[in-house]
Amino acid sequence: MIANYSPTPGVSKNNPALVVKSVSKSFGGLKAVDVQHLEIESGVITALIGPNGAGKTTFFNLLTAFDSIDSGSIQLFGKDIAGVASHNLAKKGMVRTFQLTKALSKMTVIDNLKLGALRQSGENFFKSLFTPIWSSQEREIESRADALLDRFNLSHMRDEFAGTMSGGQRKLLEMARALMTDPQILMLDEPMAGVNPALTQSLLGHVKSLRDEGRTVIFVEHNMDVVRDISDWVVVMAEGAIIAEGTPDHIRSNQVVIDAYLGVHHDRELSHDV
Amino acid sequence: MDWGFIFERTFSTMIGPEVVIYALAALGLNIHFGYTGLLNFGHVAFMAAGAYGLGVSVYYFHWNFWIGLGMAMVYSIVLALILGIPTLRLRADYLGLVTIAASETIRITVRSRVMKPITGGAEGISEFSKPFYDLSPFDLGKFYKFGPFRYLGRDLWVLVVGWTLLILLTLMVQQVMRAPWGRALRAIREDEDAARSLGKNAYAFKIQSLLFGGAIGAVAGVVQVVQKGSIQADGFNPVITFTIWMILIIGGPARPWSPIAGSMIYWSLIIFVENVLRQLSPQTRETLESTIKLSDINIGQMRYIFVGLGLLLLARYRPQGIFGSREEMALDDR
Amino acid sequence: MNLADRPQTINKIFVFALIGLFLGLFGVSRVSADDADLGISGQLKYKSSTGETVFVSGATVSVDGLESVTTDEKGSFRIPVPGPGEYRISLDTASLPDTVSLKDATKNFLNVNLSTDKDQVVIFSLQDGSAAVASESRFALRRVVQLSVEGIKFGLYLALASVGLSLIFGTTGLVNFAHAELVTFGNLMGFFFNYYGLAGAIGFLAPLPAPLGSGSNLIVAAALTMIAGGILGYGLNRFIFRPARRSGVSLLAQMVMTIGGSILLRYIFLYFFTGGTRAYRSYSAQRANEFLGIYLTPKDIASMIVCVVILLVIGFGLKRTRSGRAMRAVSDNRDLSESSGIDVEKVISQVWTTGAALASLAGIFFGLDAVTWESGFRVLLFVFASVTLGGLGTAFGALFGALIVGLVINLSTLFIDVELKNMMALLVLVVVLMFKPQGLFGRKERIG
Repeated sequence: MIANYSPTPGVSKNNPALVVKSVSKSFGGLKAVDVQHLEIESGVITALIGPNGAGKTTFFNLLTAFDSIDSGSIQLFGKDIAGVASHNLAKKGMVRTFQLTKALSKMTVIDNLKLGALRQSGENFFKSLFTPIWSSQEREIESRADALLDRFNLSHMRDEFAGTMSGGQRKLLEMARALMTDPQILMLDEPMAGVNPALTQSLLGHVKSLRDEGRTVIFVEHNMDVVRDISDWVVVMAEGAIIAEGTPDHIRSNQVVIDAYLGVHHDRELSHDV
Repeated sequence: MDWGFIFERTFSTMIGPEVVIYALAALGLNIHFGYTGLLNFGHVAFMAAGAYGLGVSVYYFHWNFWIGLGMAMVYSIVLALILGIPTLRLRADYLGLVTIAASETIRITVRSRVMKPITGGAEGISEFSKPFYDLSPFDLGKFYKFGPFRYLGRDLWVLVVGWTLLILLTLMVQQVMRAPWGRALRAIREDEDAARSLGKNAYAFKIQSLLFGGAIGAVAGVVQVVQKGSIQADGFNPVITFTIWMILIIGGPARPWSPIAGSMIYWSLIIFVENVLRQLSPQTRETLESTIKLSDINIGQMRYIFVGLGLLLLARYRPQGIFGSREEMALDDR
Repeated sequence: MNLADRPQTINKIFVFALIGLFLGLFGVSRVSADDADLGISGQLKYKSSTGETVFVSGATVSVDGLESVTTDEKGSFRIPVPGPGEYRISLDTASLPDTVSLKDATKNFLNVNLSTDKDQVVIFSLQDGSAAVASESRFALRRVVQLSVEGIKFGLYLALASVGLSLIFGTTGLVNFAHAELVTFGNLMGFFFNYYGLAGAIGFLAPLPAPLGSGSNLIVAAALTMIAGGILGYGLNRFIFRPARRSGVSLLAQMVMTIGGSILLRYIFLYFFTGGTRAYRSYSAQRANEFLGIYLTPKDIASMIVCVVILLVIGFGLKRTRSGRAMRAVSDNRDLSESSGIDVEKVISQVWTTGAALASLAGIFFGLDAVTWESGFRVLLFVFASVTLGGLGTAFGALFGALIVGLVINLSTLFIDVELKNMMALLVLVVVLMFKPQGLFGRKERIG
């Protein structure tokens, strides 16, 4: 049970999906990320939170290979992935979404989903010339896509251009599309950003079902209600480092975390002398 | 005003060699820009690569024509790699810069004194196309007339082969774009990061697109020089590149048949207008000449002014051309 | 007062200026119109070992059975003929200066057939056959220094042309592929003002004293050209690109627009100016003097000095004045500048105006060598190389990039043929993009 882990930064997990060791990243002399040790347990929902400028986004990009680490190692299901190109991570079981939704608006919804399938033989240029080579795989992909559209209640928009969808529908689309890669681990970048409360509940439900299917979920989030609602474990970053880990309850009352968010001297009275 | 002559010229042009050549070139550019969003501002360089691949093989290496055709493809592949490898990881504008630079550099280098033994320098290469014409079932020197169309036997043979190639390649493009390969390409065109997050190697796809479109451009170049019977460096100038752009945009990017449509429309229009202008009465011509300087020579320039203006207006107001759809346009606001 | 608040006045001024410009182009075209009778004409010139175009004056050209003429200070000649027919025109090689010879000694005559009612232009291919150069070793110090000085000169001119392009990119994200045509514009307008003055093309104003009519001093012409260039740049932004930005036209489409614009401008220039090469009225054919073993004409020296001064002024302007700093700020980080209260649209307008004015000035400098319809297009590749090397979006980067490109290109002729200089520009581009795509001074985020 996740709750049994000691709430200390860098605590080991039994079955880690991700293991991060001594990872650092600097931008022109400024160290944006400096994580000594972090393990993400598989099969649970982990939230990555922290005040603005904590380095969450940079760290997130490092984990998903959308940026390169200066030093250290990252292991995904036991295998080293530092230096692996971002497009190869999907094959290794990791998929990510984006804070500013990237629903491909110039393609139809069904095409968006079909795009998500991995290892499509039709994506090879020479094989694409001969329809029989890839047509049965395409049919299988299409039926999986339709199933997902059904699950996310988007079937009625199947043949519309994604550009005609509302913001909330696009979020659902992006999540559905990510599932087409049949990922072991989903990295969600602020999944609830800009989403209205009604849709938030729906999205939360979907995220929980991902975990219930056995997948691992990591998400960056600012909305504390969301964090408290669905995360099994919370990791807190500040100034590029992990300052706390624990269950949502632990974190809520963690003084280090509170200080980080509100500033160290928040509870002291203003005075001239120290 | 000899309208019969004007219409004969216009109709003959509509399915004539220029249309075929430019449609082939636009087909290649369509892959680059229409389907992948690559800013290739030097497409004429691929045509030159094809033409000189053939020419240099025959003229300098003394290989036969058919091997020369193979070398035309090789040259275009090499060019695509040289242009693509440094730039395709970067923003779109860099490919634009490099392709403009490359096409002019190729033209100037190929026509230089230094390269004369290999490429024929400024005079170019002219004795290479006989094996092609030997295969012609038509009498090369005779005129064939059917309806409003009138062609020299030699040109007719080029047209038969050219149109066959054009249609086959268009069908090939259509096939490939309907397949998952084309789908991945369109995704990359719109948002590379999204495509990468779903396991698509954007860089590899872009290189493949550049290679494929470039090879088709090389075919256009080969057809052009075989039809002319000579390979000349100055025949591969930037205005051709931008005429091709205009043709692509008129037809509508990212549609398989629009290069053909755009090419037919462009050439019919130009030839029609130019012939009408040339046939105006002497008085009208003199007035035009003294007011807006429209002399015989300048009628030719007007074509290019039209291309420039047309591109500007089309890009601004109707980037999807005639057959494209606005929602699908890579040129629309991202 | 915000200029944008007075659209009526601005529109009127712009339209007036535009009309004036077009009239100017008409006027320019008249220079070439000779008398109605028929003739054979041409121009003797060649490319020196350093790549400069040199006109050959004082050579004798003759037509069999007709008079002979000597070429003028621009190397031009024209022999009238009685009517259509075949003529043989020949060049008296003995009359060529010692430093020049025909490329092919057997081709000192040409058979010409005049059938239309137009002059026939002939070409005699000449080359630099200077004895001094032939006996000199390829890598002689003198040659290296000469090429370096020429390289710096070229780089200085390029710098003027490149700054605008770099800043337009920085502030709007748009690569202005038509920038070289702004250089041509300056090149040609300088010619027009030099020969016709401000309004000399409008016939009855010609007798007025300079600068209104009858041509003007090159300095005055240069100033007028810069103003004209600035107006053009301002107009391009105000009436074409700003509305496009407002309508949400994507950058990709805007780039295609600039390409279209470059073709449009280039061929309008060709249409009115025609294909020949001309020279400014003053400062055209100068003898090169020797300074410490290097050959430089007085205009070379003067123009380099003037250029350096202008670049220093620009540098100062960018660093010390408010607009200059605003330009750099917006170019560096648009969103941050906007939130700091800088009026980004105004800065963009200023960038287009000054960038175009500077490019026009560069055109005048290039015009000291030759005035042609493709003077800008010829240096296009080098401008791109300069801006990429320096870093797209950096002003000072563009300046340094230009100087380096100028030097590298010219020094490269020590190793490769002069005709292959353009290849070096491409090489610079490719190498920079492979190893340091953001250029020497650019920021890394601009690229991926």
